[in-house]
Amino acid sequence: MTYTMTVSPDFSPDYIAGWYIFNTWLQKKTGEGIHLKLYDSFDVQRKDIIDDKIDLIFANPYEAAMLIREKGFLAIAAPADKPDEAVICVKDDSDIQTVEDLKENCTIAMADDPQVNSVGMIMLEPADLNAKNISIEKQKNYVLVAKNLINETAEAGFFLLDAYDNMSKFVKSQIRPIITSEISVIRHIFLVGPKLSNKAEDIRALLNDMHNEDKGLKILQSLGFEAWENQTQEDSEFMLDLIDTLSD
Amino acid sequence: MTKVQINYYDGSQSEKTLTDEEIPFPEGKLIVSRTDTDGIITHCNQAFVDMSGFEKDELIGQPHCVLRHPDMPSAAFKDLWDTVKDQGKKWRGYVKNLRKDGSFYWVYAVVVPNVRDGKTVGFASIRRKPSRTKINELTETYKAMLAEEKKA
Repeated sequence: MTYTMTVSPDFSPDYIAGWYIFNTWLQKKTGEGIHLKLYDSFDVQRKDIIDDKIDLIFANPYEAAMLIREKGFLAIAAPADKPDEAVICVKDDSDIQTVEDLKENCTIAMADDPQVNSVGMIMLEPADLNAKNISIEKQKNYVLVAKNLINETAEAGFFLLDAYDNMSKFVKSQIRPIITSEISVIRHIFLVGPKLSNKAEDIRALLNDMHNEDKGLKILQSLGFEAWENQTQEDSEFMLDLIDTLSD
Repeated sequence: MTKVQINYYDGSQSEKTLTDEEIPFPEGKLIVSRTDTDGIITHCNQAFVDMSGFEKDELIGQPHCVLRHPDMPSAAFKDLWDTVKDQGKKWRGYVKNLRKDGSFYWVYAVVVPNVRDGKTVGFASIRRKPSRTKINELTETYKAMLAEEKKA
């Protein structure tokens, strides 16, 4: 039997090759056939999750609620020391220094990332801004969000901190962060679906030990982190409780 | 500095010394704590420790009302507990908290029951930076509520 693994569509394109190498490594280690299927849209990926077509997933924290509480996935690992933080940026020469300088009817550019957008909206609350009194410019990726700022078609933009950090020097020189979240416990997690539940503990052990072998460490570095960290079901349940409080 | 007596929702009382200094909410952070079903603090993050002015050891095992500011009406906390404990629902509201040194900070708080295997095992409170407009509105509302409570 061949299982299907997928990755949250918000991963950086720099890591595509890394995920294919990781898939090959996991197949060798588990002795199972695993096909890697990548998506460029959360909606299409979500439909396949609902249709039970996915068995392993490196998921965005906002997808984790459905995967754990509705589809019976088990959370087993998360990248160590790599929480999902959001940053709000403005154009470098903008007069805006703090969130409170943003006013009603301003335009905010954002990509299709539910986690970043939710935290970004929370960081706008002290300025009395919400989805009803701002204009939203939805973009396909963070480079286009930055372009909105540089071209002055948006006053501010939401970025995944990791995506901001990995932008070119040229782009970064033209935009300026005004606030960065420090939430710490919200992060992408690796989950195993019900069809592989009898292998979940084996996969957990493999991932927790991966950084201890040279080849494993190199693969992890090609994914943008140094080690997996154990993610207990309670860690995930608490993360979902926390996300729930951010949804209003 | 003013010495005041705080009347807690559970009927207990304590004396505190207050200052009128407001400590700004830390930018970008969330203040996170968890309690058991009796409101006793079981976990808290560093932002909670920093803003409360207490040491972590002084907080764990204490009732959450250790942060209760006397400007907060009892009715607000009764509503919180009725909502999360009795109805099992999410509560949200603006809260003025008391620090160990008698100064204060405002938060927008959301409290949810932690449900595991269908059973409530505790509560999580997540606080974020509130809007100044809302604080100004609520300051007046809470003053009026407190005045009513004192009359009763």
